[in-house]
Amino acid sequence: MADGSIGLWTVPLAVLGGAIRVSTPFLFVSLGECITERSGRINLGLEGTLVMGAMSAYGISYLTGSPWLGVFAAGVTGALLGALHAGICSLPRVNDVAVGIALMLFGTGLAFYLGKPLIEPTAPRLPAIDFGWWSDIPQVRAALRVNVLFLIGVALAPILYWAFRTTRWGLLIRTAGESSDAARAMGHSVLLIRLRATMVGGFLAGIGGSFLSLFYPGSWNEGLSSGQGITAVALVIFARWDPLLCLWASLAFGGAAALGPALQSVGVTSGYHLFNAAPYILTLAIMIITCSPKRTLTGAPAELSITR
Amino acid sequence: MDFGRISRRQVLQGGAALTLGAATGMRPAFAAETTIGFIYVGSRDDYGYNQAHAQGAAALKKIPGLKVVEEEKVPETDAVEKTIESMINLDGATLLFPTSFGYYNPHMVKMAAKYPKLHFEHCGGLWTDKDPKNAGSYFGYIDEAQYISGIIAGYTSKSGKLGFVAAKPIPQVLRNINAFALGARLANPKATTQVIFTGDWSMPVKEAEATNSLIDQGVDVLTCHVDGPKTMVENAARRGAFVCGYHTNQSPLAPKAYLTGAEWNWEALYPKFVKMIAAGESIPNFYRGGLKEEIVKTSPYGEVVSAEARKHADDVKAKFLSAEGYAIFKGGLVDNKGKTVIAAGTDRGQKDPELEKMDYLVEGVIGATS
Repeated sequence: MADGSIGLWTVPLAVLGGAIRVSTPFLFVSLGECITERSGRINLGLEGTLVMGAMSAYGISYLTGSPWLGVFAAGVTGALLGALHAGICSLPRVNDVAVGIALMLFGTGLAFYLGKPLIEPTAPRLPAIDFGWWSDIPQVRAALRVNVLFLIGVALAPILYWAFRTTRWGLLIRTAGESSDAARAMGHSVLLIRLRATMVGGFLAGIGGSFLSLFYPGSWNEGLSSGQGITAVALVIFARWDPLLCLWASLAFGGAAALGPALQSVGVTSGYHLFNAAPYILTLAIMIITCSPKRTLTGAPAELSITR
Repeated sequence: MDFGRISRRQVLQGGAALTLGAATGMRPAFAAETTIGFIYVGSRDDYGYNQAHAQGAAALKKIPGLKVVEEEKVPETDAVEKTIESMINLDGATLLFPTSFGYYNPHMVKMAAKYPKLHFEHCGGLWTDKDPKNAGSYFGYIDEAQYISGIIAGYTSKSGKLGFVAAKPIPQVLRNINAFALGARLANPKATTQVIFTGDWSMPVKEAEATNSLIDQGVDVLTCHVDGPKTMVENAARRGAFVCGYHTNQSPLAPKAYLTGAEWNWEALYPKFVKMIAAGESIPNFYRGGLKEEIVKTSPYGEVVSAEARKHADDVKAKFLSAEGYAIFKGGLVDNKGKTVIAAGTDRGQKDPELEKMDYLVEGVIGATS
């Protein structure tokens, strides 16, 4: 169109753009949680890890001027929080869900406390790769400005899928998750496997947080996550502990987040609260359709405290 | 119950009462350290609502003899009562500014009744005759500044499409949207203002998505009414759109894209309040005003604002500042569904209480209130 608007095409384009822009934190947190849960432990604290990751990435990027150093710092922070979770959970008779909730509050609280001086300054952001170079339409170009972290996440999903099936450490994680007795009989320390799996999970969740503060929406503030970490943890169950399904589920949640604003922008103004709730309605619907009283969830690791 | 804290508090209460007496005795000058307490719902450097109040507090800090105590991130629950109690009893605060809307009822009202000698000033305009006389409520007609922003936006926009990222469809927000849209139509009678509601005061991801969708629709000047405009300003500037700010001056975030903005002017109002108290005058319980009363102001114009736009905006601003004032919402006003909302011949001036019940979007706004 002559005036530079693309009319109703905005909606599919916004959903596509949203899938790319908004999904990355979901993707990293859910892949991380997938590894942790496959080893037989739930880390609900990833919401706190995500927020801590976002804060530390922003802080390091601001202080050093290098956003990539910020991403790395976010990962390390996440791994440390993961180690804390795993460490506490390796004590006898500790409930991993309760520890997770405690760490969620601890992580967000600590991030708000340490992040106070970071709200005002502007830190250098991660660069974007322009995949829309072939198009003359500015809207398409904007939707296809992709961050490297998104690409890494997309690549990581099939790699994890493959690794769980065919590599030695993938087998070990699954053994620890399916039967800790079997893992012990093989001469492996279940606690050590879970410690590593939780640390890797935390590392990825931290990186997911760095995407929030360093790319999109792209600044540190206290409402930044608004529950995305906890949504991503739920998403793992939704995706049946399958990294490839985690990828699709993250993309769907990202796209759905863009649906509400996009529909309002083309004039569908009634019921925007309902559209904003779209991802959650989707989750509920799929959960209800696929659940069965006769068996546990397919793909659920047998050692997980919610299925045991 | 924490007994240790209670006893410590009681001990200090005596001390606080002494200083309090001293402070009241020394009127009108506040030589003996008058303490003023500020309570914010969020972080005070959020480039938004709280920062605007913190700037007001900072202006008070410069006045000799005044001590300012501040607490951030106090939720709109019993927590604010505890904060008020500790500011009074531990710090000896005699004037309190609980700044967030939800602090008023029942929390601040309860505290004002409990401490009838102290002054409480709340931002939001909620005071009624039934409330304690030492409680006050002030608010600014920031839609005047939004109207000026609208004029500048109308001149600057090439597509004639403006965008408004709003939190919730409540009267104060709708009034800002309408004022912005009407201002834009002064500059460009064909201008439209598209509004997107995010659903809450602080939703950074939704705000960023709303900003992107508006720009995808061809919008090239945006403004907002959310708690922290930083997300909208930064994301719009990255896409090459222009922005008008809100709450405070966001031009440091996007110096090239920033046109102007509607700002609170608490740094002018709060020292006035303090001087009134020091002089023994009582602050009206219901204190309001706009540009003329220096409760709101506009940000300095950005580089790209044309001379024509500046002149038109300055002319309208001069009318707001004049003795007879200026009505934004004039008779014959039609909403965006074609219904006449203000009958021809009745101008609704700023202080008209009808405007505080606003539940419509005017002609030229694309969007709906529900």
